[in-house]
Amino acid sequence: MRQRKLKGSQSGYRAALAPYSLWAMIFVLVPLVFVAYYAFTDNEFHFTTANMAKFFHSTSSILNADGSTREVHTYIVIALRSLKLAAISTLICLLLGYPIAYIMSRAQEKTQKIMMTLIMIPMWMNFLIRTYAWMTIMQDTGILNNMLAALGLHRIKLIGTETAVVIGMVYDFLPYMVLPIYSIMAKMDDKLLEAARDLGCNSLSVLRRVVFPLSLPGVVSGVTMVLIPAVSTFYISQKLGSGKFLLIGDVIEGQYAANNFHFAAAIALVMMVLLLAVMALFKYLTGHRMNGGK
Amino acid sequence: MKMKTSAKIYSALIFLFLFAPIAILLLFSFNASKSLSVMSGFSFKWYAELFQDVNTLKAVRNTLILAVTATVIATVMGTAAAWGIDRMRSRWYRRVLNTVTDIPMINPDIITGISLMLMFVFVGRFFGAATSLSFWTMLAAHVTFCLPYVILQVLPKLQQMDKSLPEAAMDLGCTPLRAFFKVELPEMMPGIVTGAIMAFTLSMDDFVITYFTSGNGFQTLPIHIYSMTKKSVSPKMYALATIIFFVTLALLLVSNLVDNKDSRKLKEMKKALKGRK
Repeated sequence: MRQRKLKGSQSGYRAALAPYSLWAMIFVLVPLVFVAYYAFTDNEFHFTTANMAKFFHSTSSILNADGSTREVHTYIVIALRSLKLAAISTLICLLLGYPIAYIMSRAQEKTQKIMMTLIMIPMWMNFLIRTYAWMTIMQDTGILNNMLAALGLHRIKLIGTETAVVIGMVYDFLPYMVLPIYSIMAKMDDKLLEAARDLGCNSLSVLRRVVFPLSLPGVVSGVTMVLIPAVSTFYISQKLGSGKFLLIGDVIEGQYAANNFHFAAAIALVMMVLLLAVMALFKYLTGHRMNGGK
Repeated sequence: MKMKTSAKIYSALIFLFLFAPIAILLLFSFNASKSLSVMSGFSFKWYAELFQDVNTLKAVRNTLILAVTATVIATVMGTAAAWGIDRMRSRWYRRVLNTVTDIPMINPDIITGISLMLMFVFVGRFFGAATSLSFWTMLAAHVTFCLPYVILQVLPKLQQMDKSLPEAAMDLGCTPLRAFFKVELPEMMPGIVTGAIMAFTLSMDDFVITYFTSGNGFQTLPIHIYSMTKKSVSPKMYALATIIFFVTLALLLVSNLVDNKDSRKLKEMKKALKGRK
């Protein structure tokens, strides 16, 4: 009886899935093939490894502090810088976001809802405008420096530094860290924490032995959701870094704007592989902990 | 649980950090001068200028047209897909579809944008078109990145649904189509609505993917803002940001109210059920 009914709906589900399957193939999978195709071809679409070679071997000379110059690998340096700034921003987001997620998850239901709304509001504002606001705040004659001056302190140079870019990234991506960690923690049973306390844990060891291991899946998705846009951003570095140092996203955007589609595709391909490697490593490390921690 | 003082102070500091730039934008949108650091008087003149700025208004209109169209297409196609994925028995096909659905969410926006752009340009060149990027390529891109969010909102509702419900309806004489509209669609509705709202806001706010797939002539608001922030920005933009802020706030409050009403109803129902036992 049941078998018959299910069989009756088989043709229906195929028809329902067909448009999406087709769409996903054309607009998700095929474009990725095009990235690889462009990365390994020249302007006449002949096979070449020149784009890759350009990424890995191009050098440029930079000025040392003592006035001498040294040769560096242009794009490797940029890729490493992107990774470094993204990693620092992700770490700060985790350090700032984890406590707030914990506080939220232990608050009264009504307070939780209000805090959740407050975390989400900035996400709904256009990030270009928010980043621009930070640019004006951190300018040499901006509000922050005016306040410091009014207090009789030194003005600080922020705009055009790596610090400014990190502040911008942390600001833009913090909600992406808080929300997944919070949604895991909210499901955590209060009784579990009480039990740990009854069994003699102090607050710190409750956090270390119960809360943290349970929240790890949230941390993994939070880190993913911050790291990926942070590595690939190009607007934040242009505005808050005053375009003084490039990130890998800036290079892709620049090559696109200059119509160098093949080199842009090569960098995009390298970035994709790099991100996959970093995420696989991170998942392996935390997965190890999640299984081994039992 | 009551919050400790230290927790309160910490939360306050985080929210100060999150809202300081927004507060500054709100405040300076009423500034009499152009500055974003010195308040020299109160005025509505930037709001007046905003409503006379043809380009910005056109960008707002374009953004709405694109977001509504993309949301409708993504919601219909995504809901059908979720319904199909839920019924599918082939494990292999299901796994492939789940992976493909994850790709636009995991991939950085810049990769999604570049990859679509490369395909559009290639196909355009193949057919000998001078410019292949247009409203239609943007629409295709927006539908693509909205689809996963719709599917992931609708699918859990179907998985939670008691599968014998539509069967019961059919046993009672409903045609499969009628059973779908009378039983399954109402079960999916909360997921469809949340998915559609997410799709709409994502589409409205997207800059990166739009930037790579947009053609000349059809400018969305984020693209318009981007080209304006290349030079120094007029406080008109702060006025616009302020309006966006209050519209969002109102939407969030309304959806919260609806949510509260629902959960109160649910509580009452549970109480009534308990009373009967």
